[in-house]
Amino acid sequence: MLPRLLPTATRSVRLAGQSVRRYTKPSAAAPLLRAARSRSGPAPARSTTKPAVPQAQTRSFSATAAVSHGHIDPPKPGEELYVTFIDKEGGEHKLAVSKGDNLLDIAQAHDLEMEGACGGSCACSTCHVIVLDQEYYDRMPEPDDDENDMLDLAFGLQETSRLGCQVAMTPELDGLRVKLPSMTRNLQSKDFN
Amino acid sequence: MLLFTRSTRRASAWPPLLPSRRQPRNPLWLGAPRHYSAPATRHGRPFRLAVIGSGPAGFYTAYRTMTRVQDARVDMYEALPVPFGLVRFGVAPDHPEVKNCQDKFEEVASSPNFTFIGNVTVGTASDHPDGAAVSLASLLRRYNAVVFSYGAPKDRALGIPGESLPGVYSAREFVGWYNGLPEHADLAPDLTRGDEAVIIGQGNVALDVARMLLEDVDVLRRSDIAEHAVETLARSKVRRVHIVGRRGPMQAAFTIKEVRELMRLPAVGFHPIDASLVPPDPKALPRAPRRLMDVLLKGSPTPPAEAAKSWSLDFLLSPTAFLPSDPPSDPPRLAAVRFARTTLSSPFDPQAYALPADETAELRTPLAFRSIGYRSAPLPEFAALGIPFSERHGVISNDGRGRVRHEERTPDAAMALGTFPGLYCAGWVKRGPTGVIASTMEDAFATADAIAEDWADASVRFLNEAPGQGQGPDEVNGWDAVRHEMTRGEVNKVVHWEGWKRIDAAERERGAKVGKEREKFTRTAEMLAVLG
Ligand SMILES: Cc1cc2nc3c(=O)[nH]c(=O)nc-3n(C[C@H](O)[C@H](O)[C@H](O)COP(=O)(O)OP(=O)(O)OC[C@H]3O[C@@H](n4cnc5c(N)ncnc54)[C@H](O)[C@@H]3O)c2cc1C
Ligand SMILES: NC(=O)c1ccc[n+]([C@@H]2O[C@H](COP(=O)([O-])OP(=O)(O)OC[C@H]3O[C@@H](n4cnc5c(N)ncnc54)[C@H](OP(=O)(O)O)[C@@H]3O)[C@@H](O)[C@H]2O)c1
Ligand code: FES
Repeated sequence: MLPRLLPTATRSVRLAGQSVRRYTKPSAAAPLLRAARSRSGPAPARSTTKPAVPQAQTRSFSATAAVSHGHIDPPKPGEELYVTFIDKEGGEHKLAVSKGDNLLDIAQAHDLEMEGACGGSCACSTCHVIVLDQEYYDRMPEPDDDENDMLDLAFGLQETSRLGCQVAMTPELDGLRVKLPSMTRNLQSKDFN
Repeated sequence: MLLFTRSTRRASAWPPLLPSRRQPRNPLWLGAPRHYSAPATRHGRPFRLAVIGSGPAGFYTAYRTMTRVQDARVDMYEALPVPFGLVRFGVAPDHPEVKNCQDKFEEVASSPNFTFIGNVTVGTASDHPDGAAVSLASLLRRYNAVVFSYGAPKDRALGIPGESLPGVYSAREFVGWYNGLPEHADLAPDLTRGDEAVIIGQGNVALDVARMLLEDVDVLRRSDIAEHAVETLARSKVRRVHIVGRRGPMQAAFTIKEVRELMRLPAVGFHPIDASLVPPDPKALPRAPRRLMDVLLKGSPTPPAEAAKSWSLDFLLSPTAFLPSDPPSDPPRLAAVRFARTTLSSPFDPQAYALPADETAELRTPLAFRSIGYRSAPLPEFAALGIPFSERHGVISNDGRGRVRHEERTPDAAMALGTFPGLYCAGWVKRGPTGVIASTMEDAFATADAIAEDWADASVRFLNEAPGQGQGPDEVNGWDAVRHEMTRGEVNKVVHWEGWKRIDAAERERGAKVGKEREKFTRTAEMLAVLG
């Protein structure tokens, strides 16, 4: 079962570009109220599922250039730990990995769609994953302030959200299941300007 | 030549505009997920895309399009000789980890289907003396589609008296200056006139500016900060920084990570905030504001009285004037900033707005920065080509997924939908000047997905497809054709990716000599000199 959705916080709303700040204002206040600009402007969002994408095409690019992809060694026989990623289209990927590998490196090594824009430095939140089982979440060392600060800005934050680059596999996490949040925000025609 | 008409009524213009690109479909794309597979070619030709701007929006759009449309050929035009936009010229030098996204951009650039065309401004003239320019009209003849991802190259002004007094700087120019942006290499801000500095605006850019003023210059010295900035900051007399907002902590635009970073600066103290602006029971707040209020209430480990430098967040103050000294000096300089106090429509509501109260307040300071946001602008040819730019929102009018679109009332009061086949936008010019790299990436991906979806849909039109329209598919050769429309002198100014790599290597070499990751060239002429 999916963990309960946290109340959406202003900050994450803003970062998601789903700005809903309203400045309904008495006109005397006009000069103070210019903040309404872009935030309340072009972008209120609705999310919909994004169209599925043929895997083969996604791969063809990565195959030609694999510079920054995760570097992990295959597990030694008998020492495999298993982790399952559920991608944005709902597809399940069960992977055998080694102790110590972090979820970002694992995902990238297997061509799953996880950006990892800051290269695992806890500075971008594009490696956000949602742990599907509270029990597994509780087995992980607690996120530190820096990770929580980034998570506060992540799209679709849930109570068992973590940053993939900060979670390393341990024997206790064998069998872990995580979901990649679907982040696509599609907008409506009434938002034309 | 008028390429695009503003409304659908002018269907005879080139390229012909259909009443709607896909019909009937309302709302246009919110139907069931569509399974598409973007074919490699139309009319036996690969998809040719021009991307304008090499910031995160441009690169992430290029990347995603190349993974979604097989064999897509992408040419990226960049006004400066060097790539990466605000990742190079905005992101603070003490945040090197944020710049790791450049690894992905390198990966994109290494594809044989990608061409970087640096030092070329799309428009009527180069934005710097050593660059070339290519007209947008020329691109529109040579590609199937064009993505506008040129960011927000200007900044917003307050429009209050005294804004141009010496001593008042815009955050954009200050940030550009310390990051080595050629446009502001000569800023030479004077940080020696007094202890105090006032920053107007409470976004993350304001916090970046504050950190540059407060941080130990020996920490910055080791970053890729411009050398001229290190020298100036080392002589700075600023000890006390006010970051002033017109609303309260519950409404502030900054994010927790950046606040915490300032709190952690060694030997720098934070003056406690007015606790009455924090809800009485912060524990009951949702996660993000709860954690933020916690950091603000806890303050800094170093008490301000014992600190070498200190800072505060001053709330509920809206600037009304920058004041010269009285009697005025010659030439006049900034001596104080005047504010109107404000009250909030509802103090703890994140959406609360500020109302002016009768009281005014003044902060005496010889140095002020306005950090109230960047601003985008239309390209010079937009008006003539009929491409819609919303001055009000400071963005290219679009459908939210990045398709350039414009709704307009016709004389008979019906709404007409102006569509612009083959035109897309992404990043700050699409969404406005807010959002971190992660949100810009998301936004760029949405645009690229729209492009791929459209290319896969035979009923959607692109540029230069239909034969017999003057520019048939044979002419859609991208850069190979565009360069023939430029003079040889202009073409010689172009910096391709290999050229950037040489500039990059030279900067790293300069940096290695002084123990920095790189020492940036801050003049376009210096950059080009590397290439001989
Ligand atoms: C001071 C500052 C600090 C920031 N720090 C962070 C941070 O720490 N972490 C984070 O996640 N985000 C940060 N951001 C936000 C991040 O930089 C933006 O989200 C992102 O850069 C926007 O990308 P963009 O591609 O739309 O615009 P830009 O990055 O501005 O790129 C636009 C590019 O287009 C080029 N261009 C403009 N006009 C033309 C033309 N006519 N022809 C050709 N090229 C043109 C420009 O030269 C530029 O290279 C910061 C922003 C600022 C302003
Ligand atoms: N480290 C990082 O992650 C980092 C660093 C830098 C920038 N960025 C991102 O880049 C984006 C741009 O940052 P930004 O700081 O330029 O913009 P911003 O976050 O939009 O903040 C703008 C600030 O200016 C204020 N303001 C606007 N108009 C004003 C007026 N007329 N009078 C007084 N105050 C006014 C706003 O107050 P109101 O709220 O009242 O409108 C707000 O405090 C943001 O999304 C930011 O997060 C991120
Ligand atoms: S990769 Fe950037 S936070 Fe994990």
